[in-house]
Amino acid sequence: MSEASLTHEFQYSSARHQAETAISGMWLFLATEVLFFGALFLTWIYSRHWNQAGFDAGAQQTELAIGTINTVILVVSSFVYSAGVAFIEAGNSRRLIQCCAVAWALGVAFLILKFGIEWRDDFAKHLFPGPGFAVQGPLNGGARIFFVFYFLGTALHGLHMVGGLALVGWIILRARRGEFSPASYTPVIVVGLYWSFVDMVWIVLYPLIYLVGRGP
Amino acid sequence: MSDTVIEAPEFAKVTASYLTDGFTLRSWLLTTDHKRIAVLYLGTITIFFFVGGAAAALMRYNLIVPEGMIGSAETYNRLFTMHGVVMVWFFLIPAVPVTLGNFIVPLMIGARDLAFPKLNLISWYLFVFAGLVALYSLFVGGVDTGWTFYTPLTSAYSKGHVVATAVAIIIAGFSSIATGLNFIVTIHRLRAPGMTWYRMPVFLWSLYATSVILVMATPVLAMTLLLLAFERIFHIGVFDPALGGDPLLFQHLFWFYSHPAVYVMILPGFGVISEIIPAFSRKRIFGYKFIVWCSIAIGVISFLVWGHHMFVAGTSLYSALVFSILSYMVAVPSAIKVFNWIGTMHKGFIRFDAPMLYALGFIGLFTMGGLTGLFVAALAADVHLTQTYFVVAHFHYVMVGGMVSAFFAGLHFWWPKITGRMYPEMWGRAGAVIIFIGFNLTFFPQFILGYLGMPRRYHSYPPEFQVLNVLSSAGATILAAGYLLPLGYMTWSLFYGKRASANPWGATGLEWQTSSPPLTENFVTTPTVTEPPYNYPPPEVVQHHV
Amino acid sequence: MRFWLPQATTSAAEVDYLILALLLTSCAILALVFGLILLYMIKYRAGSDIDRGVLADKTWRLEAAWTVATLLIFFGLFVWGADLYVRLFQPPPDALKIYVVGKQWMWKIEHQGGQREINALHLPVGRPIQLVMTSEDVIHDFSVPAFRIKHDVLPGRYETLWFEVNEPGTYHLFCTQFCGTGHSDMFGEVVAMPDPEYQNWLEQNGASETLAQAGQTLFMRYGCSGCHGGNGAGGSQSGSTVRAPALAGLYGSPVTLIDGSIVTADDLYIRDCILLPERRRVASYPPLMPSFAGQISEEDLLKIIAYIKSLTPEKQS
Repeated sequence: MSEASLTHEFQYSSARHQAETAISGMWLFLATEVLFFGALFLTWIYSRHWNQAGFDAGAQQTELAIGTINTVILVVSSFVYSAGVAFIEAGNSRRLIQCCAVAWALGVAFLILKFGIEWRDDFAKHLFPGPGFAVQGPLNGGARIFFVFYFLGTALHGLHMVGGLALVGWIILRARRGEFSPASYTPVIVVGLYWSFVDMVWIVLYPLIYLVGRGP
Repeated sequence: MSDTVIEAPEFAKVTASYLTDGFTLRSWLLTTDHKRIAVLYLGTITIFFFVGGAAAALMRYNLIVPEGMIGSAETYNRLFTMHGVVMVWFFLIPAVPVTLGNFIVPLMIGARDLAFPKLNLISWYLFVFAGLVALYSLFVGGVDTGWTFYTPLTSAYSKGHVVATAVAIIIAGFSSIATGLNFIVTIHRLRAPGMTWYRMPVFLWSLYATSVILVMATPVLAMTLLLLAFERIFHIGVFDPALGGDPLLFQHLFWFYSHPAVYVMILPGFGVISEIIPAFSRKRIFGYKFIVWCSIAIGVISFLVWGHHMFVAGTSLYSALVFSILSYMVAVPSAIKVFNWIGTMHKGFIRFDAPMLYALGFIGLFTMGGLTGLFVAALAADVHLTQTYFVVAHFHYVMVGGMVSAFFAGLHFWWPKITGRMYPEMWGRAGAVIIFIGFNLTFFPQFILGYLGMPRRYHSYPPEFQVLNVLSSAGATILAAGYLLPLGYMTWSLFYGKRASANPWGATGLEWQTSSPPLTENFVTTPTVTEPPYNYPPPEVVQHHV
Repeated sequence: MRFWLPQATTSAAEVDYLILALLLTSCAILALVFGLILLYMIKYRAGSDIDRGVLADKTWRLEAAWTVATLLIFFGLFVWGADLYVRLFQPPPDALKIYVVGKQWMWKIEHQGGQREINALHLPVGRPIQLVMTSEDVIHDFSVPAFRIKHDVLPGRYETLWFEVNEPGTYHLFCTQFCGTGHSDMFGEVVAMPDPEYQNWLEQNGASETLAQAGQTLFMRYGCSGCHGGNGAGGSQSGSTVRAPALAGLYGSPVTLIDGSIVTADDLYIRDCILLPERRRVASYPPLMPSFAGQISEEDLLKIIAYIKSLTPEKQS
């Protein structure tokens, strides 16, 4: 497909103009997401300052192994997706589909580990900050607030992951219909930006949940 | 020609436009045309304006007698909360950007639509959905916490529908973010050939600054309200001291958004006025570069002043000093704009059509409101004046006297472009004058009430405040009449107004180079820009044909 | 109907001068703005033929001039307001302390001698008064317009306000932070009278015991003396198995916390130790202090703190 024959919406002067604009739009959207999660992280850190002992007690109850495996899964998933972008840039749509499928599967694995196993364990250990909360005594208040941030943060991240999975799935479907080529693959880039961003949010969540306050 | 055949010859002259491009409901509800979306938004925010206005009318009615005409304090508390919530999030923040902005921005930059038309439609649906949730919350009893939602009142004590209202605001916030994002990308990427940044009319710079604030501040509000909702439902303890939380943390997070939000409300208004004054003085704007950079400066500094809402809240002395000096800084660019508008009128050829009357009213009322902001920025004065009717009068002068006047100014100015019809000029001027008078009668007494100590959000008050309250309520009836008037004659003009030419005001700007109303694709061919904005001939050319 | 507000404190007149200055500045600027607009509306209306001459070319000098002028005026106003505020922020050390507890929807006042009032506050004229305030539920705001002061009253914290009344009289007290249904009903009266009359009032309304005496009873009833010893002598002195810090001489002294920071043992510190001990872990003591959150009311807390304060001899000024 030659560039001249690529269609574009009538407010753009060319397909390339539209493609570049779509990418700018996604970057700007991600900037707003930084402020959204940023407010959460700020409140988290501020609350920890006033409840350090309780937060530490909470952090020690988290499952470091699952958290670390999940971090590796997400980083690999982002990497594999980016490889897919490189493949379609070189014209290999088949490899793009395979990379997206692997990235998608890894994302699903993350969700299963996080919500199917880890959350289930957390509830079994009475770590949900409601009645019957596991940590009692003077550290009850701080630990409860820690777990509030834990559940809220991972839930919000999880929702964004589900959105990301839908988007990656959409890319796979479109790629299978042959819609992408080296001249035209902007949606792949745009979804890749979003997918990597969701990864970045986790990179901040991981130390806040599993590492800070864990002790030696 | 007899009166009975007004319609027929006119109809013969109707050419295709975005309005005739499809008459089905589907063509409107599934449109991606920025102009149609602007009209959809106009209808929606008009409804909210009158919902919020009805609440205000009932509030002023209550305050006629010291013990409160409405017997129940709880009803009054729900009224003033809904008035605030509806007016702030469902009228003031969206108004100019989603109606005038959506319609005019692509035309003004010489584009055929915004960067992301489908996102634009989604933003309208989000807004409508948010509005329905807010109205639901209102019908099941409303909320009685004030639009500022301070904890722990909202998180642990209020019996109102806090979570429903918070959800409505969060969704409206997503709509705002989508609109802001669209404008930023559009202004960066879709300018017509030759339209450099310094050839853009001020309206675009203002909307750009507004959009940056929207996309940066609104997510913080979303997270704050989400945390509030969780606090209320699950008693998590971030904001409630009884659970180890900090109520001041809520205030910081809330005002970090809500202060920039007030600049979201006024900046587009500044942009509208900056279009109208040159057009009706038939003269280029004075100090263009100063004005555009002042818009950006206001956008940036607006993020640094939120603590001035908390001078008596229990923050540190250091914080109070820093926020006070920064609040004076943020007032400087606004002052510069006022001087520049007056400078524009100097040696101009001034006409007094309705848009200009509204714009002049804006300058007067906004300046009064802005000057009273200096009172509350002065720390020791604020201690006395904060939480009283002085502050209520201050923000109504800037928000209503300023912003709503600017909105009406822009609506009248661009009405011919949007609808292809002229509104009846005499009624337009009458409306502007009635609103100016009614507004001052309503809100000026409130400055005095505030200095004398009458607190805000009071259902009943000591008898010595009655005379000023009655004066204020009397003014409110005049103001209400002034606001109902345009509803009447603008609607009339849709059917019977004189048909407008492409450029009835003889104004500069690309939007006036295309038909009224425009075609769906805006321009037959994309224009190329070679001249600076406001390229009116200088006075010596006009007068002596030099 | 009244257009004026009494100036009942030493700082009220100063606040009024500041407001007057702001008013005059505003009127001057407004006169300039309105005046020029009206002038130009007439002089430069479209129908007017007067020669408009040529437009000035380099206008940036004018722009710079009015920008600098604005900045200077604003800076001047800031300094004036800030200076007065700083003085209003810092109570003199010899101020008479009166305790205020706000709750939905009333003000409870406690004088050190144990006298209690609801929605009323009796004060002596001519000496500095410091209000120590807290809330039992939501945020309120203690406001006396005639004094030109107000301050938010927060749950979980102590906030202070100070003033010196110089005009005897009765003045409105309002709650000025929206606090729920009865917000406009939290209405009270501040009654300022010359000192001899005030002393009279204190005697006539005297309670059977002072705040500190009531606090001592509570100190024992809640079991504080079990670890901290009778008279707050400290755990090791009283034969208790628990090593708890001595409270005698504590109030107003520096305390080293477990993270190395040093804080002053003021009202808020003591309150936090009782309700949120894990936040104020003192260096070199085991974390055994239980929390009394939810068990002691705000008013009882004030009494206990008054008692602990009485264990420190007053510093001679």
